[in-house]
Amino acid sequence: MSIPSGDWKPGLRAAVIGVPFFWLSLFFLLPFLLVLRISLAQMDGALITPLLTLADDALTFRVHLASFVQLATDDLYFATYLVSVKYALVTASACLAVGYPFAYFMARSERRWQPALLMGVMLPFWTSFLLRVYAWKSLLEPNGWVGAPIHALGVDHALAWLGLVPSAEQLMYSPFSLLIGMVYTYLPFMVLPLYATLSRMDLRLIEAAQDLGATPWQAFWRITVPLSRSGIVAGFMLVFIPCVGEYVIPELLGGPETLMIGRVLWDEFFSNNDWPMASAVAVVMILVIIVPLAIFGRNQARAREAS
Amino acid sequence: MSTGRASRILSRLWMLLVYAFLFLPIASLVVYSFTDSTVPNVWGGFSLRWYRALTTDTDLKEGLWLSLKIATLTATAAVVLGSLAAASLHRYPRFFGRTLFSGMVSAPLVMPDVIVGLSLLLMLVSLQRLLGVPERGMATIWLGHLLLGMAYATVVIHARLKDLNPQLEEAAQDLGAKPWQVFFLVTLPMTAQALLAAWLLTFTLSLDDVVLSAFLSGPGSTTLPLVIFSRARLGLNPSVNAIATVVVLIVSIGVTIASYLIARQERRRANEMAAAQRFQ
Repeated sequence: MSIPSGDWKPGLRAAVIGVPFFWLSLFFLLPFLLVLRISLAQMDGALITPLLTLADDALTFRVHLASFVQLATDDLYFATYLVSVKYALVTASACLAVGYPFAYFMARSERRWQPALLMGVMLPFWTSFLLRVYAWKSLLEPNGWVGAPIHALGVDHALAWLGLVPSAEQLMYSPFSLLIGMVYTYLPFMVLPLYATLSRMDLRLIEAAQDLGATPWQAFWRITVPLSRSGIVAGFMLVFIPCVGEYVIPELLGGPETLMIGRVLWDEFFSNNDWPMASAVAVVMILVIIVPLAIFGRNQARAREAS
Repeated sequence: MSTGRASRILSRLWMLLVYAFLFLPIASLVVYSFTDSTVPNVWGGFSLRWYRALTTDTDLKEGLWLSLKIATLTATAAVVLGSLAAASLHRYPRFFGRTLFSGMVSAPLVMPDVIVGLSLLLMLVSLQRLLGVPERGMATIWLGHLLLGMAYATVVIHARLKDLNPQLEEAAQDLGAKPWQVFFLVTLPMTAQALLAAWLLTFTLSLDDVVLSAFLSGPGSTTLPLVIFSRARLGLNPSVNAIATVVVLIVSIGVTIASYLIARQERRRANEMAAAQRFQ
């Protein structure tokens, strides 16, 4: 932080900050305000009702809350938000359960192997996400590489009993296939921040705890886990937030009972051509994720200061 | 001793299972692209028929070409804008609206695609009604991808800038280098690998995007993921496996070359550092 910024001319400073700032304001902030504005309008033929009208020398300000009223009163919307949050929570928890031990073992393996192990997590991430999700369609078929062992081992009956698949014969187009696809896609987003915090940890703290008589298990829960908190929070939010609005994975792998809010927004816009309704769905979706977003932002800022 | 051994075996097994989970879909895509059967998860003997079919598949070919063009433009612009944003965050700890700025930079990373796509589209449509431009097509898809790519590029480049040793830049200045010389001779070479990584990452992101492209595309601008998505929705399709294998191949070659270059540069830098230390 001790870079002498005085040597950079003020004009340069204005350009370095100004160009990306202006660009983001124009293409990120402004569109959001527009969504908010359109959510407060109604379709008037192919047009959207204006907020401000000048008629008979009087400026009138008219807000239409019809879209929000419909959102609040139609149970379908509420249920869909609930389903989206539920699957996002389950996905993030499953990613944590699978990813934490994995990141931990990775961070504690020999130093010289770690770049290769990390590369192994990044590589699938570099290959098309769409194609990898599509691949699960064939893997989960009754004769697929994953479907066949599940049927052979009788896991299908357990899944049916848990209500994750409609019947033991069918694994695809169910909550199970949806969750497999989401955990699969978002696992690297959990592993990478966890690995980052776990590999930076001062291992002498564990030694100290053990010298003071802690069992490895106690040392893990009372030293390692609390110290990796920022990684856990970052990973959880990086998985949870985009999952709420996920569209492609439910569309390819989900079934009738996994209708999520991303699909509803999509249909309002593309099928019903109802822009105010689509915007209202988006505004409420932002309200759902704004608290997790704020937690994520604060966590990142704190981690930035700590490093 | 035996518990240590047991836990080591357990940890190896866990890692193995997770890697299998991560790589299984890619392996199955590649394997079944060579099947002779019309059902893509039944092995019907080895054949290249689906690759031959690719050569006459104009939808896929045109989609691939358009996607490669958009991805190249996206990655290049994202690295430029991302560098500027990262430099702002790194160099200027205080400026008006910095909190808003850093929020806007990282928000597209987590924001659901449907929201970003919808808001950008509504804005572009309003603009079109006012000014008559832009027409929906390649340029509007590029804009959407750039928004997302810039966020990723900023994170990658910012992380690298934070790791840099500021004393190196100061030393160059003390030795009489002008600010632009410091930038081109010291800062840029030291961040080159992050710039390359950011370029590749945003390139693949753009090559992969479905949702933003669906919102922002117009007639005649169907990108490769849109073609694949519409086929995948209908069911399994062996031509998708073949194009997947081609994409996997392109990406693996790119990543291999990049990591080789980065490793070589890292080694050279380490050697130079060691040599410099000896003179002290």
